Amino acid sequence: MNEYSRKSMVIFGTFVLLALILLVRLFWLQVVDESYKVTANTNVLRYEVQYPARGLIIDRNGKRMVENQTTYDIMVVPRELKAFDTLAFCTIFKLAPETFKSAINDIYRRRRQIGYQPTVLLKQAPAEYYAVFQEKAFKFPGFYAQARTLRNYTLPIAGNLFGYVTEVDTGTIRRNPYYKPGDYIGKSGIEEAYEEYLRGRKGMNIFVRDVHNRIKESYQEGRFDSAAVAGKDLICTIDSQLQEYGEWLMKNKVGAIVAIEPSTGEVLALISAPGIDPTLLVGINKNFQRMQSDPRKPLFNRAIMSPYPPGSTFKLANALIGLDEQVVTPSSRFSCAMGYRIGAGKTVGCHAHASPIDMLQSIQMSCNAYYCNVFRHIIDNPACESVEEGFLKWCEYVQSLGFGQKTGIDLPSEQAGTLPSVRQYNRIHGEGRWKSLSIISLSIGQGEIGSTPLQMANFAATIANRGHYYVPHVVRKVEGFDPPESYKKRHYTMIDTTWFPTVVEGMYRAVHSEPGAGATARIAQISGIELCGKTGTAQNPHGEDHSTFICFAPRQNPQIAIAAYIENAGFGATWAAPIASLMVEKYLNKQILRTDLEQRIQAGIPTAKIQKKP
Amino acid sequence: MRKHAPLFLKLDWATIGLYLVLIGIGWINIYAAVYNDEHSRIFDFSQRYGKQLVWIASAFLIAAFILLLDSKFYSVFGYPIYGAVLLLLLFVLVAGTEVNGSRSWFIIGPVRLQPSELAKTATAIALARMMSAYGFVLSRCANLCRIALVIALPAGLIFLQHDTGSAVVFGAFLLMLYREGLSGWFINIVLFAITIFVLSLIWETVSILMLCAIIGSILYMLCRWRIMRPLMLTAGIFAVYWLLVKWLLPTFDIAVAPDMVFMALCAVAVVLGAIIAVRHRLRYVWYILCFFIGSIALIYSVDYVFDHVLKPHQRDRIENLLGIREDLQGAGYNVHQSKIAIGSGGLTGKGFLQGTQTKYNFVPEQSTDFIFCTIGEEWGFIGAFVVIVCYLLLLFRLIIISERQKNAFARIYGYCVISILFFHFIINIGMTIGLAPVIGIPLPFISYGGSSLWAFTILLFILLKLDAARWR
Repeated sequence: MNEYSRKSMVIFGTFVLLALILLVRLFWLQVVDESYKVTANTNVLRYEVQYPARGLIIDRNGKRMVENQTTYDIMVVPRELKAFDTLAFCTIFKLAPETFKSAINDIYRRRRQIGYQPTVLLKQAPAEYYAVFQEKAFKFPGFYAQARTLRNYTLPIAGNLFGYVTEVDTGTIRRNPYYKPGDYIGKSGIEEAYEEYLRGRKGMNIFVRDVHNRIKESYQEGRFDSAAVAGKDLICTIDSQLQEYGEWLMKNKVGAIVAIEPSTGEVLALISAPGIDPTLLVGINKNFQRMQSDPRKPLFNRAIMSPYPPGSTFKLANALIGLDEQVVTPSSRFSCAMGYRIGAGKTVGCHAHASPIDMLQSIQMSCNAYYCNVFRHIIDNPACESVEEGFLKWCEYVQSLGFGQKTGIDLPSEQAGTLPSVRQYNRIHGEGRWKSLSIISLSIGQGEIGSTPLQMANFAATIANRGHYYVPHVVRKVEGFDPPESYKKRHYTMIDTTWFPTVVEGMYRAVHSEPGAGATARIAQISGIELCGKTGTAQNPHGEDHSTFICFAPRQNPQIAIAAYIENAGFGATWAAPIASLMVEKYLNKQILRTDLEQRIQAGIPTAKIQKKP
Repeated sequence: MRKHAPLFLKLDWATIGLYLVLIGIGWINIYAAVYNDEHSRIFDFSQRYGKQLVWIASAFLIAAFILLLDSKFYSVFGYPIYGAVLLLLLFVLVAGTEVNGSRSWFIIGPVRLQPSELAKTATAIALARMMSAYGFVLSRCANLCRIALVIALPAGLIFLQHDTGSAVVFGAFLLMLYREGLSGWFINIVLFAITIFVLSLIWETVSILMLCAIIGSILYMLCRWRIMRPLMLTAGIFAVYWLLVKWLLPTFDIAVAPDMVFMALCAVAVVLGAIIAVRHRLRYVWYILCFFIGSIALIYSVDYVFDHVLKPHQRDRIENLLGIREDLQGAGYNVHQSKIAIGSGGLTGKGFLQGTQTKYNFVPEQSTDFIFCTIGEEWGFIGAFVVIVCYLLLLFRLIIISERQKNAFARIYGYCVISILFFHFIINIGMTIGLAPVIGIPLPFISYGGSSLWAFTILLFILLKLDAARWR
């Protein structure tokens, strides 16, 4: 073999070697490595999401409260962009040409990163603009519109109750794989609690596309496509007229009203003032930030979150506990000389009324001294070995009445209110160094107890039912589902039902006694309706007292139980009682005859000095 | 075979068969690459597969014409052809049309011509003409310079047209020169230089210096058959270097670049080597020292070449290839998409016209430079294997043809053809699978394009004609 043929062998050997390197690499790419096959699919498949319509929210009388409206997101595929008439585009969508240009330039600059993905240029354009755009769409290559549904509210009410719908945040996307960026999700209120029913299920169409993002065909003849499933409608327990009326009454006031149908636990109205107008939270605007920074905290749902001292309305609880513990009887009489002395120079004050009085009168006149006596008897019950034991027993009773724990209403962020504990008192007074007198404020619903308006309304409903309640709820039924069995279950308190008529009678007298008998709630009288109620004036160390009132009506077969709580409004009889009473009148009579009272209450501003009474 | 046997009996039908197979594979895949439902007729001359049919038919005519031309024509007119093509290259620089950034096209009506494709053939003829002259000795310096000039003139003109890829192809003639007697060392040095170039981009300077020092000392050991002394010297240099850089210099807070420290230490070794070379009159020690110093010079010139000679897009492509930078949307987009297309083909491919990546234009230039993607996606590893084997068979056949020539002209020309075809084949497929930089050269006989098909046909059929005339 001469040198030249050796060289030709070397040359061909090199060829074979290099070709082998190519083949090994090709084998690796094509047969061993699977990742390129996946990438090829993501390259070529375009996933088009079908957004379902969100479920409607319908009130107890069949009136639609929350509906949907269609808007359009204007999408742009940067790679398809060609020169177009920007001014014409701006005119259609009423955009400022400058901001539009900078937005489109920004997208155009990032077109390589964005690639084939459609990007939202303009969110939630109204249907009118869309109609115009659709006619001229051929002039704007690279743009198209995607239908999205937004909420539409038939009445500007119950924002705190409904919650709102907004774009899903990144945290939720990470936790819940259902959500993708740009999806909408219900936040707070019913929208959040019933999100899974309301949202329905997104559909997906998979298309094969080319490099210019043009749809070429359905992927595998649509084998993996799925249709969108519309959200389920909700039948609410809310009476939209009552809710609207209550919100109207609560104008210029801070507080909450909760109305419950005692025989079912259905919430008829759930009002927090100042509330939010749900229509303001539809779509994209600055309203949410404005509400968030509002010092009056309109986003804070006072009805289920705020722990208020229940004040004198809580005397009913102490009366019931005293009777059940048999430390007092309905005819037990205690005297009151403008208050109850609790030590050197310290007195739980009371107002001027007859003395001594029995239990019915004590409810009718709201005597503080009477309940100091009752409470001491409960705590210092000789049957108990210690103050602590008496206190624990009392706590158990109070909890059984629904205080200090969540009622279980079907709304997110319900708060449990507050109940004092032995540990808390040990910390304040020292272990074993506190006695019934130390915690005497609890007798009149002051001090370390905090109750949400919902708990107060539930308490009113419990009395109305003479001893039991149903879990309060705002949704009666989800379309296609049976209501949960738990809604039908009666929850009895620890108090024997035989004691309730006494308290009911007291509440009746508080409203319906003759003038001059010292009844506190005569202002709540409605002609033709037997209303039972109890006022409360919760002392507020930070300012004017809170005005509160719980009631139910009619006395037999009650149809509505209400708690009204007005912050910094003075006596319970001044604001809370008329408001609750007007609500009852509205609900039972459908019309208001006491227009003067209505006028005064609606127009009034409780914090004004002129309203303050001695 | 008789001297006067008919031409078709003298033709090398194996080569022609492989040529036809490759053209057939090419046309099928061009059809698939540009296929869409609206234009599915084969004879649709508005589409590339339709036009390619025209190119193929005209290529056959050209082939027939070449075969009918006298075989002496090429050796006689070797220089005039070369000169004419050089003029064309000059002319295209002035009057050509710019396509994709390269001013290398003549556009006459529907016909687009790229003189650089013809330049390869003309240079091959000129080289064969020159080197086959009586008394031509390759190893003479003057002859080497003439060869270099003949190659560099067209390559330089094409480089000026910003068609770097086609210019680089001229480097393939090294292979022919190797066959014709150039020392294997020369090839090795070129390969080594390329390796150093690539490593300088990836590694730190001092690491490559160390590598060169180790290679130098190993060469010394092999040549002189002494092991202990050079080993100890090398080890000593490394130890001192380590002490200095890791310990002494930081302790005294002296900031010196580590590669400079290492260079200074190597200087000692170089001086020692020079003394030994003088004292013992050892020529190869000088060679080793030259190699070592040359490598160092290369290492330090790499950054300059990379930053100043190469254009930004070329830098990007090299950086992407070497994995220094990954930019899948920019410079790396072509190769990334190409790898996706080929990789998604699997073992047996997605089937004819079923390639989604190809059909929907994810791979740019998929009917020309990236035609191999279509093959890889639709026909899978098996298809790619068949194509590569076809090329190997063709190259093998051409080596046999070249080796059987009695006349030097035909043999040298034959190796020129082999060099060019091989370079195109290996670089083109290499770039589609991320093994070679994207320099934009077509896959012979398969890629779409009249100029390249004609040029490769001319290149091949001149050899077949020369081969058919070997009995004369």
